[in-house]
Amino acid sequence: MFTFFFYLFAAVAVFSAFYVAKARSPVNSALWLVTNFICLAVFYVMLEAPFMAAIQVMVYAGAIMVLIIFVIMLLNLGTAVKKRYTHALFWGGGLSLLMLFITNYFVRHGAPTGQIGTITSQTISSYGHTELIGRAMFTDFLLPFEIASILLLVAIIGAVILSKREV
Amino acid sequence: MITVYHYMLLSAILFSIGTFGVLTRKNAIVIFMCIELMLNSVNLTFIALSRHLQNMDGQIFVFFVMTVAAAEAAVGLALMIAFYRNRESIDTDDFNLLKW
Repeated sequence: MFTFFFYLFAAVAVFSAFYVAKARSPVNSALWLVTNFICLAVFYVMLEAPFMAAIQVMVYAGAIMVLIIFVIMLLNLGTAVKKRYTHALFWGGGLSLLMLFITNYFVRHGAPTGQIGTITSQTISSYGHTELIGRAMFTDFLLPFEIASILLLVAIIGAVILSKREV
Repeated sequence: MITVYHYMLLSAILFSIGTFGVLTRKNAIVIFMCIELMLNSVNLTFIALSRHLQNMDGQIFVFFVMTVAAAEAAVGLALMIAFYRNRESIDTDDFNLLKW
């Protein structure tokens, strides 16, 4: 059952990722990208990380994709013309295949460290995933959390200034 | 039985497809979406390894990757709008002001 659903959603994820890169209209790419995000949310649920799945759907498939589709509509982009650069396809395809082989090699020949932490499935079901995330974030990762808030503030100011007509 | 290697191979495939899109497409927004695809495949690796090693740190990293992706989306799309206002297109072939 688990294996069947893994392969089903893996096939859908790879298919939709391919069409993100291939679709001629940017709106089609955006819709395939939403499909891909939802497949990844399914994988997060399978990996016992339901909070991450919820955030994936809300932040990525909700906020970021709405922003992208809004900009596509605002710029009124047509579909791409049929002119294709074969040397770009050749080099891009070759480099990405090379990257696939290298990562495949490292995944097959490497092993994760033998050190195992304390978060088992039983801990997750007794405490709840959100509580575990909150504990780790507000104790061990408090400084990166504050830095992330400053990063978001800088991004807000940057976006407002960049999209103003006259500064 | 699905092991951590299955998830890592899947995310390697997704990352390669994202690379392919970045290297071959010309529309800047599609390139941007392919970068989001690559970020997401890295997130999948983080969560799979975090589950495998029974440690929460990887999922916190995913949180920060999402923060950076949101900031990148806001600033990147604002840059594209500013560029479109000047050049009436967002083809990467028109990004040539810094060429010699």
